[in-house]
Amino acid sequence: MARTRTIEILVGAFMAAGFVALFFLAMQASNLSSAPAGDGYRLTARFDNVGSLKVRAPVSMAGVRVGRVEGIAFDGSTYEAVVTMVIDPQYDTIPDDTFANIYTSGLLGEQYIGLDAGGSPDYLGDGDQLIHTQSALVLEQMIGQFLFSKAQEGAQPQ
Amino acid sequence: MLDPLARLGRSGIAALARLGEAHLLLVGLLGGTWDTLVRPRLLIAQVYGIGVLSTLIVVVSGLFVGMVLGLQGYYVLSQFGAAESLGIMVAASLVRELGPVVTALLVAGRAGSALAAEIGLMKATEQLSALEMMAVDPIKRILTPRFYGGLLAMPLLAAMFSAVGVLGGYFIGVGLLGLDGGAYWSQMQAKIDFSDDIVNGVIKSVVFGLVVTWIALFQGYAATPTAEGVSRATTRTVVHSALAVLGLDFVLTALMFGE
Repeated sequence: MARTRTIEILVGAFMAAGFVALFFLAMQASNLSSAPAGDGYRLTARFDNVGSLKVRAPVSMAGVRVGRVEGIAFDGSTYEAVVTMVIDPQYDTIPDDTFANIYTSGLLGEQYIGLDAGGSPDYLGDGDQLIHTQSALVLEQMIGQFLFSKAQEGAQPQ
Repeated sequence: MLDPLARLGRSGIAALARLGEAHLLLVGLLGGTWDTLVRPRLLIAQVYGIGVLSTLIVVVSGLFVGMVLGLQGYYVLSQFGAAESLGIMVAASLVRELGPVVTALLVAGRAGSALAAEIGLMKATEQLSALEMMAVDPIKRILTPRFYGGLLAMPLLAAMFSAVGVLGGYFIGVGLLGLDGGAYWSQMQAKIDFSDDIVNGVIKSVVFGLVVTWIALFQGYAATPTAEGVSRATTRTVVHSALAVLGLDFVLTALMFGE
């Protein structure tokens, strides 16, 4: 009888350890702990070019993550990319003249949306659109522009 | 002249028949679910045999695999100046691949072979027939608790392997190589997705648990009831489990992570 009980206790400890390991992975090693507590409100923004922005990319303000990209769609009538983002509900004081830029974290890092707060006294609400946007920097375009301007400098008469 | 062709056909039919037997056994095992649920004692004893006794080898292997990943990952990543991403590399490779696969291989070697030998010997010494004489279904009484024991133990062991491995990578990366501990965790949390990475890893290990215990039980149950037959069943269990786990891992990875 005592032996059965020992086995039961050991199995219980084993299962507890397994669940603790799963919990550790979920909380410490994945994004579950940083997932928004409730469903936030949605904002849209139109970009000429979103570069390699991905769904679930972070939306940050002053370097702090305030939400994430929920969807990226293409508008066939204006030829723009429409980005839908979910902002965590506690950040409900974003001015309606806020700038949305697509930045790259580091030289080779992934792209994210950076919001630069404006000065308007009115705040954005669910379903609103960010008017001021700046597209992603595409490296090839920058190099192309740089070469083009260099070539123009060289072509000018001395 | 047609003899080689006939031999080929005979071996093909034999292989197919064996596969059919294995599936009939699986149906029998699933049919015994209720009998296992009403006798949790039997299940607990098997979770002890398959799970608890495998914990040590799984945890120690996980620690060393994590530490090696930390060392090798640091060597490669530091060449790109991306050593801060070590946490992502260690956690992603452990949670997605190495955790489920290496645990399944270890359990196949540690517990699967033991299961096959146990069942095979029960068959060779006619204990299974004796049970049948007493109107006790050996599949329900002997095999099903072992099947569910393995099915239950495998994901838990894989989770322990991954968790300990992540900590091992932390010891090496942060403790030994002097990376920033905050970056190790925050990069990991930013890139490892709960449903994409961790849940898929758990699904993988459940599938591997099913396959490994199923193969072990079938090899034992279908073993030739001699000493040689039992030894062959044990060998086959390890070989077939390893091949099945690695093959299935490719299929599952292609389904889960292929776009």
